Amino acid sequence: MAFSVAFAVGMYVVLDGFDLGVGILFPFADDHAQRDQMMNSIAPFWDGNETWLVFGGAVLLSAFPAAFAVILPAVYLPIIVMLLGLMVRGVAFEFRFKHHPRTRIWDIAFTAGSMTATFAQGVVLGAFVQGIAVDKGQYAGGAWDWLTPFSVVTGLALLCGYALLGNTWLFWRSHGKLQQKAKTWMPVLLVAMLSAIGAISIWTPLMSPAIASRWFDFPRAFAFTPVPVLTLACAWGAYKGLRKTASPVPFTLCIGLFFLGYSGLAISIFPQLPPPSMTLFDAAASPESQRFLLPGIVILVPLILAHTWYNYRVFHVKGEHDEGYGH
Amino acid sequence: MTPVLELFDATMLSRIQFGFTITFHILFPALSIGLAGFLVVLEILWLRTAEERYWRLLRFWTTVFALSFGMGVVSGIVLAYQFGTNWSGLMAKAGQIVGPLFSYETLTAFFLEASFLGVLLFGWKRVSRRMHFISTLMVALGTCISAFWIMAANSWLQTPAGHVVRDGVFYPADWWAIIFNPSFLVRYAHMLMAAYLATAFVVAGVAAGYLLKGRFVPMAKPMLALALVMIVPLAPLQIIAGDIAGLIVRDHQPAKLAAMEAQWETGVMPLRLFAIPDQSQTRNHFEIAVPKLGSLITQHSLETPVKGLLEFAAADRPNALIVFWTFRVMAGIGFLMLLIALIAMLLVARKRLYSSRWFLRLLTLASPLGFVAIIAGWYTAEIGRQPYVIYGALRTADAVSPVSAGHVALSLSLFLIVYAAVFGAGFWYLWRTINTGPVEVALPEAPNLGNRPMAGLSTMSAK
Repeated sequence: MAFSVAFAVGMYVVLDGFDLGVGILFPFADDHAQRDQMMNSIAPFWDGNETWLVFGGAVLLSAFPAAFAVILPAVYLPIIVMLLGLMVRGVAFEFRFKHHPRTRIWDIAFTAGSMTATFAQGVVLGAFVQGIAVDKGQYAGGAWDWLTPFSVVTGLALLCGYALLGNTWLFWRSHGKLQQKAKTWMPVLLVAMLSAIGAISIWTPLMSPAIASRWFDFPRAFAFTPVPVLTLACAWGAYKGLRKTASPVPFTLCIGLFFLGYSGLAISIFPQLPPPSMTLFDAAASPESQRFLLPGIVILVPLILAHTWYNYRVFHVKGEHDEGYGH
Repeated sequence: MTPVLELFDATMLSRIQFGFTITFHILFPALSIGLAGFLVVLEILWLRTAEERYWRLLRFWTTVFALSFGMGVVSGIVLAYQFGTNWSGLMAKAGQIVGPLFSYETLTAFFLEASFLGVLLFGWKRVSRRMHFISTLMVALGTCISAFWIMAANSWLQTPAGHVVRDGVFYPADWWAIIFNPSFLVRYAHMLMAAYLATAFVVAGVAAGYLLKGRFVPMAKPMLALALVMIVPLAPLQIIAGDIAGLIVRDHQPAKLAAMEAQWETGVMPLRLFAIPDQSQTRNHFEIAVPKLGSLITQHSLETPVKGLLEFAAADRPNALIVFWTFRVMAGIGFLMLLIALIAMLLVARKRLYSSRWFLRLLTLASPLGFVAIIAGWYTAEIGRQPYVIYGALRTADAVSPVSAGHVALSLSLFLIVYAAVFGAGFWYLWRTINTGPVEVALPEAPNLGNRPMAGLSTMSAK
């Protein structure tokens, strides 16, 4: 069940990551036509992608209800802000084409919503890693515990990360001038992302001796060295992948980067959920409940993945027909 | 703190926030359920007759559907997380039961809808006609499956079954009993019919509006006919379902029934047409009632008594003033719909349907009625179950999150502002789309129209 939660969250981050990323990059497009292209490239997918967020929450609730009940109130305001950001971004897809005469208001809303949601998610992540105060199974911290320099940095880091992912998506799936732009932005974003990963990687062990000992105690440290090495390798590969026009390689390798970041996080805090005082096992639901849900997940998730893949294939031809929300 | 401010503690604010967000939310999935079904019908008609008017109707209502669906999705995500942020007590105690139900909703319905929605909206030129139709069908199916799971979860909160309680936590014991709890099936049917009825009234109202102005007549006529085909059988069936639902409330939630009927003293119950219940004085003012009819309706017998609110401790009584009136509104609209259905049948029999301007005007006025009824019905159900969130087992006040009232006040204000903007815009665009009407749209085989988004035509003003 823990794997299911991790999987759902991971799918969400990668899938909604790129469409939020496109939203973050929106203001940097040259003109209206490019913005249309950007939006149309993600239009058929964003709803399915965002559904993984609902799924992640639902599975977290089902599998680890005590953790769900502790974590969400602890990050109350960031979650609310995230929800509002997602809401504004979601309707912007549809409303943007409906507004006459054309103004930039929904463009701005689209970007603002995407950025707000992303930043809020990063803050939640940071707040989660830095630890949540728990007393007698309930959230026991203050109202603003989640807001610290660390969580602000993780918020900014996620902005870089999603922007990078969105950019690699555009590089793969757009054409013409927009694709050129994506190519030029790539190195900058790669560097930004790597710096962010680096900063967080250094900060987390500094923040928590328990995490430091996880990573740096010999001989355990050797087992984890592949993580930073692979991270750099992915980044390098993504950069090289730019050579070939419209290559999916950068996108794939950036997913790899996210996966590595994710595993780094898991290494730091497993099996705490949330850190520092509760573990997976404390928070877990009873077997009766898990037994009911797990078969459903095992059967249905592969079907969903298959269908999602089909959907991406159907819409693969890059926005030539310029379909999208102009309907 | 003044007494008024004291009322707005974190629990009350969280309740208001939830009530506010879910009031908006229920509108859109209900409309989506109805419209998705309507799209299936329109697509069948188009595929079989190849008439351009059905194509135009199909594209027009798809546009409306897309707007509605999008707003349903974003408001839904808010709700899903709000359970955790504001009601963590409920989640900690009952998460093992409601969590899997939500998970299955996501797995079986949301992913289904989301995946096929892309093809439905954008895939005309990319897939075969048959594949597109299957996509429409899948989306419609997805909406019904979604309703299944959410009604199962809410019904379990109303009439809990199939669980055991250990140390204050609810554990599942029998999933079949949990899902098919006593109130589930009738409430599921009641909600589905409500969605189709409410949508049918909107479609009928839109069609009537066009007919009154002499616009889009060849399309408005089948629109109206299809809407009536839905309304005529469903209006009476819905009343029957409502009656059965009432019986279940009588058996499992007697305090709610007493509040709905403003019955304070136990005894043979009249049908109260008008009353102003007074919670503190435990009586009604200005009551106008028909003797014994209440017992007939709820007990199916003129002499059987109905329990009154006074039989329950004061802290266990729902707010009768609110619940009595929301129930009157819902039931009243239900009967009004039946009346409209009967008039329609009469007019059709006399072949005067399309020319009866007064009736068409009535239909345009009646278009939002279904949605008013849906909201009133839900307010009855949810406010009527107070002070419990899990009926008889967990009080709402014990389910709220340990978040300060200040924070909830802040989030509530944010929601008010953003919802006003987003849904205000949404309604505005819906209105504009309907006003524009089912204009010409290029068929999928038509040559590519260059750089313009293919169906941007539907957003241009009517020729």
